[in-house]
Amino acid sequence: MVVGMTLSTFLQQLINGLSLGSLYALIAIGYTMVYGILKLINFAHGDIFMMAAYFAYFGISVFFLPWYVTFIITIILTMLLGAGIERMAYRPLREAPKTSLLISAIGVSFLLENLATYLFSGKPQAFPEFPAMTTPIFVGGLSIQPVSIVIPIVAFFLMTVLLFIINKTKVGMAMRAVSVDYDTAKLMGIKIDNVISSTFAIGSGLAAVGALLWCMKYPSVLPLMGVVPGLKCFIAAVIGGIGNVKGAVLGGLILGFSEVLMVAFFPSLTGYRDAVAFIILIIILLFLPNGILGKKQVEKV
Amino acid sequence: MKNTQNSLGAYLKKHWKTVVFLVVVLIGIGIADQFVNSFMRRLLNLSAIYTIVALSMNLVNGFTGQFSLGQAGFMAIGAYTVAIFTVPVGLRSTIFYLAPMAPFLANIQLPFVVALILGGFLSAGVAFLIGSPCLRLRGDYLAIATLGFSEIIRIIFTNTQTITNGALGIKSIPTISSLWWTFGIALIVIIACFLLINSSYGRAFKSVREDEIAAEAMGVGLFKTKMTSFLISAFFTGIGGGLYAALLGTVDPKQFYFTLTYNFLLIIVLGGMGSISGTIIASFVVTLGQEALRFLDEPMAFGLDLPIFRPGLRMVVFSFLLMVVVLFYRKGLMGTNELTWNFIANKFRSIKSRFTKKAASAQGGDSK
Amino acid sequence: MSLLKTENVIMQFGGVVAVNDLNIDIKKGELAALIGPNGAGKTTAFNVITGVYTPTGGKVLFSPTDNAGVTSEIDISGKRPDKITGLGIARTFQNIRLFSDLSVLENVLIATHLNINYSFLSAILRMPKARKGEHEAKEKCEFLLERMGLIELKDEKASSLPYGQQRHLEIARALATNPQLLLLDEPAAGMNPQETDELTDLIFKLKTDFDLTIFMIEHHMDLVMEISDHIYVLDFGCTIAKGNPNEIQNDPKVIEAYLGVDEDVED
Repeated sequence: MVVGMTLSTFLQQLINGLSLGSLYALIAIGYTMVYGILKLINFAHGDIFMMAAYFAYFGISVFFLPWYVTFIITIILTMLLGAGIERMAYRPLREAPKTSLLISAIGVSFLLENLATYLFSGKPQAFPEFPAMTTPIFVGGLSIQPVSIVIPIVAFFLMTVLLFIINKTKVGMAMRAVSVDYDTAKLMGIKIDNVISSTFAIGSGLAAVGALLWCMKYPSVLPLMGVVPGLKCFIAAVIGGIGNVKGAVLGGLILGFSEVLMVAFFPSLTGYRDAVAFIILIIILLFLPNGILGKKQVEKV
Repeated sequence: MKNTQNSLGAYLKKHWKTVVFLVVVLIGIGIADQFVNSFMRRLLNLSAIYTIVALSMNLVNGFTGQFSLGQAGFMAIGAYTVAIFTVPVGLRSTIFYLAPMAPFLANIQLPFVVALILGGFLSAGVAFLIGSPCLRLRGDYLAIATLGFSEIIRIIFTNTQTITNGALGIKSIPTISSLWWTFGIALIVIIACFLLINSSYGRAFKSVREDEIAAEAMGVGLFKTKMTSFLISAFFTGIGGGLYAALLGTVDPKQFYFTLTYNFLLIIVLGGMGSISGTIIASFVVTLGQEALRFLDEPMAFGLDLPIFRPGLRMVVFSFLLMVVVLFYRKGLMGTNELTWNFIANKFRSIKSRFTKKAASAQGGDSK
Repeated sequence: MSLLKTENVIMQFGGVVAVNDLNIDIKKGELAALIGPNGAGKTTAFNVITGVYTPTGGKVLFSPTDNAGVTSEIDISGKRPDKITGLGIARTFQNIRLFSDLSVLENVLIATHLNINYSFLSAILRMPKARKGEHEAKEKCEFLLERMGLIELKDEKASSLPYGQQRHLEIARALATNPQLLLLDEPAAGMNPQETDELTDLIFKLKTDFDLTIFMIEHHMDLVMEISDHIYVLDFGCTIAKGNPNEIQNDPKVIEAYLGVDEDVED
C-alpha cells in the first residue's frame, strides 16, 4: 500500500504527523482536564487558543516587544483569560442544569469569536516570522523545519511536568479528588474554587504554548482559527478517554498522524482532511464509547 | 360520547379566541403580502424560516432535552435539495462550469413543493443514520457528535463537485417572495408541533427530558422517543432549509457553518427552551433585531463618528445578549410556559393589581 | 404459582458484590417484603429485576399472564427497563423521581404511553383512534388519581406537592402502566405513624382492587409485619433469612443484623 512514496517522504510525513499530533495534544489536555473536573465541554477552549495567538501577534508586531517577553506575557494573559472565563461564565452556573452550562460555554465561544472579528477584523494577520524555526535543515536526507522537532520536544516536556504535578503534588491530588467525586471533595475541605481555577489556568496555559508553537509553524492569525482545531482537539480528548491526561495526549497523536498520513497517501481526499477527526470520533463512540484509556462510568440509581 | 361529528365544531367554539386570532393573522399576512416593500418582505420571510428551524431545534433540545447542534447540516440538506432540483435544466451547465453536473441528476427538474418535501425526507433520512449511533450517547457527547456530523455534511457538500458544485455553490435558484410560502408553512409547522407536544408522544418527549431513568421505568422507550423527535425535527429543518435556498436564490457551503446553528440556539434560549410561543416570539425578535441593530456596524451611528461602530459590533452585542440570558434569565422569555389566553389574562391581572396596590398605598399610606 | 423468581442472581460492581446469590420466589397475589439494614443491596436487587442493571450472574424469571390468559415464563435478565415494564413490572423509586416540571396528571399519563396503539402521525392529525386513545387514557389516569386522593391537584406541578403526596403520585403513576407486579421502594419513607397506617391500608387495598402482586422494600417494621405474606432479609448483599413475619421476627440472625450482637445480654 505504500506506493508512490519514498521512504524519506514517508519519514517526513511521520515527523509532520508527530508535530501536528503534539500540538493537538497540548490543546486536548485543556479540554480533558476541564471535563474531568466539571463534566463540561469547554467550547471556548479553541477560542482561548485563538486569543493567545492574537496576544502574541500584538506583542511582537504591534508593541514590538522582544519575542521571549511576548511569549511569557501571552502565556500569563491566556491563563488569566481562562480562569476569568470560568469565574464569570461557568461558576455562577455550577448548580444549574448541565444544559445551561453547555450553552454558556457555547455563548462564550460565540462571544470570543465575534469579539475577535470586531476588534481585529476578519482578515488574516501575518504572524511574525521565526526564520530560525522555519528554514528547513537537512538531516539524513530529510528536509525538516526545526519547528517540527521543537514542537514535540516542548510538548512532551510540558506533559511530563503536568503529569508530575497531577500525580505527585498536593494540588494535583486535589484535582484528581475533585474529578473523581466532586461532592465528597468539597466535604473534605478541598477549596473547590481554587482547584477549578487552577485547572482552567493550566489548561489555558498549555493552549497558549500550543498557540505559540502553532503560529511559528502556520504563521497566520485569524478570529476563527481556533474553531476547527478546538473541535478536533476535543475529539482527540474523547478518543483517548475524556478526563484522562494521558488519553488526551494519545488522542492528539492519533489524530495528528491520521490526518497527515491520510492526506499523504490519498492526496485527492485533501478536502476531506477535517472530516477525519469526526469519522474517528464516530467510530470510537460506537465501539469504545469511553475512549481508548477511559473508564466505564456507572450512574447510581 | 360519540360526538365525533360535532367535535370539530365544538372544538372551534371552545377555542374561539385562538380561531379569531388565527384569522386575524391570516388577514395580516395577506395584507402584508400586498403592501410590504421588498426589504421588509425579505426580513419577514427570513423570520418565518427561522421560526421553522428554531422550533424544530426546540423540539429536540427544549422538549426532549437532547443537546443536538446539527441544525445547520440538516438545513444544508434541504437547501441543496431544492437548489439541485429546481434550477432550470438549461442553466445547469453554466453553473456547473468546473465539472458538469452528475448525469443522473442533470435532467431532473422538480416542482418547488416536491423538492421541498423531498428535502425534508432526505434530511430525516440522514437524521436516522446520524441518530442511530449518536442518540445512545450521553448528553454532552451528543452535542459534539451532532456538531461533527453537521460539519461532515458541509465538508462533503464542499467536495462533491458534480452534485453540489462544491465550493462554488449553486445560484439561479428560482426564488419565492410571497409571504404565503414561508408564513403558511411556518403556521403548519407551528400547529403540528403544538398538536404533537399536546399528545402522548409530546409527553413522552418531556418525560425523557425530565428524568430518563424514571421515563424508562414507566415504559417509555428512550431511543425510540429521542429518535422520533430527532426525525421530525430534521424533516422540518430540511423544509426550512429548502425555503431558505428559495429565498436567497443561491446556496453555498459557507452559509452552513455550524455557527449558523448558534443563531438558532440563541433563539431558543432567548424564547425559553420548552416553549413554542417563546420560540416564535424570539425568532422574530432576533431576526428583526439583528437587522435593526445593523446600524451598529456603520461608522456614523448616533450621528457621531466613533471608531466603536464598525462591522462586527452587532454580533458582539448579540453574543453579549446570549450570555446575559444564559447567566441571569436562564429560563428565557417564556421558560416552559406557553402564551395562552390564560397566561395573558393572568399577566394583565397581576399588572392591574400592582397598580391598584400602588394607588391604594399612595392614598391611605400613613393613616394609622 | 410463581410470578417472579430470581435464580442465583449476583450483582457485582468492580470489586463490590452488592447482591450475592439472591434466590427469591414471589407467588402470584402475594405481598412480599425485602428488608435489611441500609446498604444491604435491596435497591440494587430492585434495579436488577427492573433491568436498570444487568446481573453479573444468575437469572431473573418473570411469568406474566397475557390478555389471552396464557402464562409463560420469560427470562428478563438484563432486558431494557421499558421492555420489562411492558411485560408487567412497575416500580417506584427510593428517592422520588417524578417529572417535576410536569403536572400531576401528565405524570400519570406518561405511564400510559407504552400501551399506545396509534402512531405519532395519527396523534398530530388527531385521528379518531388517537382522540379515543387519549380520552380513555385521561379517564383511566383520573380514576387512579382519585383512588390515591390526588384528583384535586391534577393540574398542579408535580414538584409543588408535599412529600407524602409525591409518594402517592409515584404509586399512581406506576399503576398506570397496568402492572401485574408492583415494586415499591420504601413507600413509607419519611412518613409519620398516622400516614404509615393509612399507607398500609392503601397498599393492601390496592393489592386486592387491582389484582396485584406486590414486592416492597421497607424499613417501617409495623407496616412490613402487618401486611406481608413473605419476607426476605438482606445483609451485605446476602440473604440471611426468609419466611413469614413470625419466623423473621424471631430469627436471631435478623436481630443481629439490625441491632448487632449484645455481648452481655441476660436471658
